[in-house]
Amino acid sequence: MSTVDSEATAGRGSARAVAVASSIARFLVIAITTYLGLLAVTFFIGRVIPIDPVLAVLGDRAPANVVERTRREMGLDLPLIEQFYIYVKNALNGNFGTSVLTTNPVMTDIRRAFPATIELATLGTLIGALLGVPLGVLAAVRRGSIIDQIVRIIGLVGYSVPIFWLGLLALVLFYARLQWVAFPGRLDIVYEYTFTPITGFYLLDALWQRQWDVFRDAFRHIILPASLLGYFSLAYISRMTRSFMLNELAQEYIVAARAKGLSETRIIWGHALRNAAVPMVTVIALSYAGLLEGSVLTETVFSWPGIGLYITNSLQNADMNAVLGGTIIIGSVFIGINLLSDLLYRVLDPRTKVR
Amino acid sequence: MMMEKLALRSRVLLAGAAMSALLLAGAPALAVTPADTLVEGFAIDDIISMDPGEAFELSTAEVTGNTYDLLVRLDLSDTSKVKGDLAESWSVSDDGLTYTFKLKPGLKFASGNPITAADVAYSFERAIKLDKSPAFIIGQFGINGDNVTEKAKAVDDTTFQFTVDKAYAPSFVLNCLSATVASVVDAKLVKEHVAAVTPSADYKYDNDFGNAWLKTGYAGSGAFKLREWRANEVVVMERNDNYHGEKAKLARVIYRNMKESSGQRLALEAGDIDVARNLEPNDLDAIAKNADLTTTSAPKGTVYYISLNQKNPNLAKPEVRQAFKYLVDYDALSSTILKGIGEIHQTFLPKGVLGELDENPFTFDVAKAKELLAKAGLADGFSVTMDVRNIQPVTGMAESFQQTLGQAGVKLEIIPGDGKQTLTKYRARNHDIYIGQWGQDYFDPNSNAQTFASNPDNSDEGKVKTLAWRNAWDIPDLTKQTEAALLEKDPAKRAAMYQDLQRKVLETSPFIIIHQQLEVAGLRKNLRGFALGPSFDTNFVSQISKE
Repeated sequence: MSTVDSEATAGRGSARAVAVASSIARFLVIAITTYLGLLAVTFFIGRVIPIDPVLAVLGDRAPANVVERTRREMGLDLPLIEQFYIYVKNALNGNFGTSVLTTNPVMTDIRRAFPATIELATLGTLIGALLGVPLGVLAAVRRGSIIDQIVRIIGLVGYSVPIFWLGLLALVLFYARLQWVAFPGRLDIVYEYTFTPITGFYLLDALWQRQWDVFRDAFRHIILPASLLGYFSLAYISRMTRSFMLNELAQEYIVAARAKGLSETRIIWGHALRNAAVPMVTVIALSYAGLLEGSVLTETVFSWPGIGLYITNSLQNADMNAVLGGTIIIGSVFIGINLLSDLLYRVLDPRTKVR
Repeated sequence: MMMEKLALRSRVLLAGAAMSALLLAGAPALAVTPADTLVEGFAIDDIISMDPGEAFELSTAEVTGNTYDLLVRLDLSDTSKVKGDLAESWSVSDDGLTYTFKLKPGLKFASGNPITAADVAYSFERAIKLDKSPAFIIGQFGINGDNVTEKAKAVDDTTFQFTVDKAYAPSFVLNCLSATVASVVDAKLVKEHVAAVTPSADYKYDNDFGNAWLKTGYAGSGAFKLREWRANEVVVMERNDNYHGEKAKLARVIYRNMKESSGQRLALEAGDIDVARNLEPNDLDAIAKNADLTTTSAPKGTVYYISLNQKNPNLAKPEVRQAFKYLVDYDALSSTILKGIGEIHQTFLPKGVLGELDENPFTFDVAKAKELLAKAGLADGFSVTMDVRNIQPVTGMAESFQQTLGQAGVKLEIIPGDGKQTLTKYRARNHDIYIGQWGQDYFDPNSNAQTFASNPDNSDEGKVKTLAWRNAWDIPDLTKQTEAALLEKDPAKRAAMYQDLQRKVLETSPFIIIHQQLEVAGLRKNLRGFALGPSFDTNFVSQISKE
């Protein structure tokens, strides 16, 4: 680890700026290469899968002459490399083509579907992090106690139970039996006509327009799938928090702090957690990115019109424009979140501030 | 044991979702759909276009059937006939080539524009010139882009004339005109939305006949008008007050995309939807037992079949084809995987179609099958593969078939695949055995006869790729017979010809037809007048009301 600590303090500010700029540049190069790679891989996988994309447009019953004509119209008779070139050219102009399944431009579809997923994933991650971190800390502090065991069981179940099964079970209980939550989709039928979303984030839109009943309805729709996703990220986050905390609690500075007579609360929450927080950011960010990919099964079970459902549906129907467009958006989000957590890392950990 | 697990898991779940519970305590009880709105949970993800000249998907057929009118419609009281819809009367010229339709007086589109013979002519013209998947239903009468304006024309405001190239059976022509592709569109409205197109070798015309707009737009005159279609989300229809027939009882019908049977069941039980449309046998059972709910079903023109590729030398032996028909456990299938969603049906014409034949001679008989296999010189059995798409009920049917074939020494290897994937392989004739379903394209015996019993050119370059072609079944005699049945004027004689064809196919074909699909629906008991029709475009919703 080479630092600029030894240099004169005068040049420190500008050196830091240069370091930051160069790391951003490096990041951009990596991001662009990743994009192109992603594009190429998805494109070629899409073309070699043993599915005839014309089937997606026409279905099984179209007569042979229509099939042939459509193949030409879709440019599928061109050499593969030419098809790829055309695709990349269009993609660079922001044109990802038209989805054959929905007949909309792919970007229009994604602009509709993605907010639904972001809303769900954000709420899910909030639930997961707000409950998972304290649970993990408790489990680490009371290692071997009954609390630790409970947290372990929660984690195990979260790891091992299929989400669609738990989803259905939750629906039976909270929706069918107890009638606490609503289902399916994002809003009740009655609001479909009275409510015009602006951003696509229904909770925010409803708040912004001061439509309290819509907010309440949207909340009743989102809370169950969000809790479910939250539970699964909770399982992951609490396990990781526990092991990071155990690691920190065994460090010498904890012993030193204890020797100084600091209160246990302060040692755990102020010192140990502060240090464990650095790797935690990566864990939470990765889990968030995972949810942003769209939890296909959750979206299916809850009829949630998000990006996961959109891409899966498109993939099953060999709607390659939609799949490619969706993959690139998700790729960007992944890269973006990685960048963000990298930056947060630097803020939280003084040692990585200047490299 | 299971109960303990369940209890444990729900307790854990309770802990996990405790927050939502706390936040939502005191939320209102049972959901109810609005009194003037019908809400159906329906897998509508197959819809790709709402243009009747283009759409050929099953869910779209239902929407088109409710939102557009035709010259003639299937007569639901006797589905081997048609009755007038927009047409008041029609006549056929003595040479059997010219059909003249007289429109009812005072007809109006939902837009308020009058319905004239010119609208009918334009609808035919655009369907033929666009030449999308369903265009052949009209095109098969010798109509093409060059002659359509002559062959389908308005004589005056209320008289439409349709000229065919051969003296076909009138029942055939009229049945085809009851298909959704012949739906009448509002020419004036559509023409306001046409987009310019650069003509090419494949498409000679300078405009798109409003196709881009009609994909999501609406220009019809049916009992309902299409208000909105959002792909994979929802279809909304509203009552059309200009409708010429009995007005719709409800103001609005909403199809909500729900893919999952169990999800539909839950939403139906909770009252969030009024009708659940894609139910699997176990959910159907549960709904039938619920006091607030009821179920209904109707046979649809779709048959499930197993087909044997004749390129495989073992499967090409007549004895093997016969033997396999004895190796399906028809009864076991219909009491388990197909319970409530299918009925045994071994002939290629579905019930309700002119010429249907209700004969199911094959039963599960291992001894007989073994005898036949021995005759074919395969007493010790053989190995063969089957492509199966990974959805129910075909997966379950394939597993049952694997087991019953095994009893006769035939080793079946199942190749599971995604729907489009197995279909691609099937269409290229690269399979051994395929299991799938076939829905008729239009409500006439020729639709299925053509695909199951004709194969004009069995070479790999063959242009007419019927199911017989896909299985390399070369049948010049049956092909001729199928063509002859098209020209038989007398409906009774025509029916007899199809029955004869069906017996021959039943006996010799590489198709093991197993059952005819029953479409099922679960509904809330407060619904009145809900009925499923004999085809997907006759699932009419206008006479449904709520109590």
